Amino acid sequence: MPSNPDLLKLIFGRLSLDSFPYHEPILVVTFIGVMIGGLAVLGAITYFGKWTYLWQEWITSVDHKKIGVMYIILGLIMLLRGFSDALMMRAQQAMAFGDSAGFLPPHHYDQVFTAHGVIMIFFAAMPFVTGLMNFVVPLQIGARDVSFPYLNNFSFWMTAAGAMIIMISLFVGEFAKTGWLAYPPLSDISHSPGVGVDYYIWGLQVAGLGTLLSGVNLIATIVKMRAPGMSMMKMPVFTWTALCTNVLIVAAFPVLTAVLALLSLDRYVGTHFFTNDMGGNVMMYINLIWIWGHPEVYILILPCFGVFSEVVATFCGKRLFGYSSMVYATVVITILSYLVWLHHFFTMGSGASVNSFFGITTMIISIPTGAKMFNWLFTMYKGRIRFEVPMLWTIGFMLTFVIGGMTGVLLAVPPADFVLHNSLFLIAHFHNVIIGGVVFGVFAGITYWFPKAFGFKLDPFWGKMSFWFWFIGFYFAFMPLYVLGLMGVTRRLNHFDDPSLQIWFIIAAFGAVLIAVGIASFVIQIVVSVMRREQLRDETGDPWHGRTLEWSTSSPPPEYNYAFTPVVYDHDAWWDMQQRGFVRPTEGFKSIHMPKGTGAGAIIAALAVALGFGMVWHMWWLAILAFVGMIAVAIGHSFNYDRDFHIPAEEVIETEEARTKLLAKQA
Amino acid sequence: MTSHATEHSTGHDGHDHGHTETEGHGSFKEYLTGFILSVILTAIPFWLVMGDVISSPTGTALAVMLLAVVQIVVHMIYFLHMNSKSEGGWTMLALIFTIVIVAIAISGSLWVMYHLNTNMMPAMTEGMMKTMP
Amino acid sequence: MATQTAVHETQTPVFLAKEEPHAPSSTMLGFWIYLMSDCLIFAVLFATHGVLGRNYAAGPGPKELFDLPLVAINTSMLLFSSITYGFAMLAMAKDKKQATLVWLGITGLFGAAFVGLELFEFSHMIMEGAGPQRSAFLSSFFTLVGTHGTHVTVGIIWLITLMVQVGKYGLGAANKRRLMCLSLFWHFLDVIWIGVFSFVYLMGVLG
Repeated sequence: MPSNPDLLKLIFGRLSLDSFPYHEPILVVTFIGVMIGGLAVLGAITYFGKWTYLWQEWITSVDHKKIGVMYIILGLIMLLRGFSDALMMRAQQAMAFGDSAGFLPPHHYDQVFTAHGVIMIFFAAMPFVTGLMNFVVPLQIGARDVSFPYLNNFSFWMTAAGAMIIMISLFVGEFAKTGWLAYPPLSDISHSPGVGVDYYIWGLQVAGLGTLLSGVNLIATIVKMRAPGMSMMKMPVFTWTALCTNVLIVAAFPVLTAVLALLSLDRYVGTHFFTNDMGGNVMMYINLIWIWGHPEVYILILPCFGVFSEVVATFCGKRLFGYSSMVYATVVITILSYLVWLHHFFTMGSGASVNSFFGITTMIISIPTGAKMFNWLFTMYKGRIRFEVPMLWTIGFMLTFVIGGMTGVLLAVPPADFVLHNSLFLIAHFHNVIIGGVVFGVFAGITYWFPKAFGFKLDPFWGKMSFWFWFIGFYFAFMPLYVLGLMGVTRRLNHFDDPSLQIWFIIAAFGAVLIAVGIASFVIQIVVSVMRREQLRDETGDPWHGRTLEWSTSSPPPEYNYAFTPVVYDHDAWWDMQQRGFVRPTEGFKSIHMPKGTGAGAIIAALAVALGFGMVWHMWWLAILAFVGMIAVAIGHSFNYDRDFHIPAEEVIETEEARTKLLAKQA
Repeated sequence: MTSHATEHSTGHDGHDHGHTETEGHGSFKEYLTGFILSVILTAIPFWLVMGDVISSPTGTALAVMLLAVVQIVVHMIYFLHMNSKSEGGWTMLALIFTIVIVAIAISGSLWVMYHLNTNMMPAMTEGMMKTMP
Repeated sequence: MATQTAVHETQTPVFLAKEEPHAPSSTMLGFWIYLMSDCLIFAVLFATHGVLGRNYAAGPGPKELFDLPLVAINTSMLLFSSITYGFAMLAMAKDKKQATLVWLGITGLFGAAFVGLELFEFSHMIMEGAGPQRSAFLSSFFTLVGTHGTHVTVGIIWLITLMVQVGKYGLGAANKRRLMCLSLFWHFLDVIWIGVFSFVYLMGVLG
């Protein structure tokens, strides 16, 4: 058979033995590590006979809480992957001076920084915030699940499928060498003929569909499924930020889908959207992708603003200062985030009118963000602050994010941007806001809601370790980059000639090591907490004296969240209930109507991985089969009308009585 | 909007109240009105362009755009049954928000891209751009 | 805190709903929001056509390529399919299963005629050497019009699926809701087509 190249090409497309990077020692070692780890996990699941449990209780689950947890787990795994890329980059830049070439050859280094950006934004930060919203929003609004539980499961698996496509690129072929937004002409077929950009495109397209659908789902949930009495201005702030985030997702991700589709047409069909010849225009890609890209950064940060609002109010024991101004600020940010995209490419050469318009809008958008900052400060003012781990993250955020915001306003001045564009100053700026805002927010959120999800708190010692190493590590890692950026060092370089710069890169690498310790502490924190779960157990359902509805149910909440739908009078609904003498009922429970799990989502997502793989490697038969399969499964699923069931009243009574006993033991 | 469902109803046990049964269906009269208006609003722009009725192309273009906007509104009202009340006003709000974003994206892109060459060689004219290989 | 205690002076109100509150189905709203996102995909394609639509790269332009009578016929196909879908919805509201199916079938035929004519137009242009690879103008033209055509094709597949489901399970609540979703989808594609024939074809020919 090998004698027949045409047949081989038909079956394997571009895939050949050379596509496997067995000549790259770093990748071979990684591959062996991943294989051993993966086999150990699979073996453990088989040994403990957990496959059925996994399939029934997790993979096919439509329970928003479990889907939320799976999103966070996905985010954590991808954070580790993305961070190992970061460590490699910092090590390379600290080493590669003068005669030393470092340990990463340019083609590998370029893949590493691309993968770092793509993974951190799309597959770490996005799953984190989506996971938090999925878990918390239905609980906060007193609902039993989201509006479209099946779609929710499907969305998660599409996100996971996108991550899977990106991960495959590590060991089969290569990843894009273009930077995280794959600007043409570098990403077009003549400059990037390999499979890297195709992996990028299909990974993002598959995951993007999941994100979009989860956005639709959560908007519908928040609009339609709020508990009686919860008017818009009585929604918890986190739910408000989640609503605005999902509005941004629904109004921004289609733009990404479309622009990536145009890029793939350029690559696969030979159209001329973003080519330099035949009338194409490269800048149109950059224009379009930033119409998505700027709202995207607010998609990431808004839910974290929501987390901080909840955390500040809870740990200061006070009502959030300026609730309505917080809501208006969020809505204003939502709309303004569509009016600033050009500040990402001031240098493309548009005239003064265009640049000054976008410069001014960029400065304006910092105002509502500043207003939020003051609201949190005034909430803390005269509050009884408890410095628990979520509060530490919040204070760390407030200090760090303000610096990032101010350097952002600096960059918003077009003449300054002409100097700082594409420099390490920019890198320092956006890591300053993304680590200081999104990462700290996500860790605050995970620590805050962990006891709600699992019934025990996270170990505070390792939580504090994680915080301090992250916090100090961040300053060591990124302050030098501000300095270097001001000196004119550009981003994405894998070698430097000027030895006087080296010390700054070494400091930055040291910072990255500190952050690595912070991440390790977080992992240790989870392990230690699981081992010490009996001491850390939360039997009240309200370990922090929270203010919103999710703390009124047990930890972890029952499958149906609430035995009775709550009635809301105040945006701090649970606080209000306690203040006004709410007594938990111990009888009168009825059967509860719930959606059934389904495997269709996971199956379609698995087929999407096959579709992506087929398209990347030009294995057209595989792509066509997978695509037809996806449609067939989707249509087949639509013939299933039996999608819900009733939890019998006895089961509800049993669950609720167990909780009654637990609460009685407390008292 | 519609009657209650077995699927997707996510645990809130409900009964088919049929509270908005007429909404979203329209009536025969509505569909017919919409259809006739659409036919007229489609025929005019085709006639304007194919028959070269207005001498200035700019005038024709403006008329075509205006008629398109009117026809879109007609479709929204008579076929998509848009009104400010369905789904508690949320569909209308979503539509308005989308129109704003679409307007920003399209007009913004045109504006930005039109100014792209401001700092470029001044000799490049629109005509040369068109014929460039 | 002061304001808070002031509010809480009254006697204990009802904190739990005794009856399950009636949650209206979110499907229509959710589907509408999805359509809004689809609208943005088209917005990007229109914007791209707006920016690149005059870049003929010394190749053929709209005046040479577009056959307006054909476009007019195509437009009428879509318009007819709109009103026939409307009649299907009216039949559905009256629970007339057979009439619903007949009108859906007619709608599907009009839709298929539309897609067929569009494919004919495309193949004709490609034969003349004016394929999507010829110039940025043609790239954006084929992509915008083709994306709309793909949507119509998806609509037809969905319509056939629904006809089978209505035939098999009747006009239950779930099927009615699905038909209403498809109705939104179908009429939404009409609205997009208004943009296509006005801005791409007619204004393209104007030059």
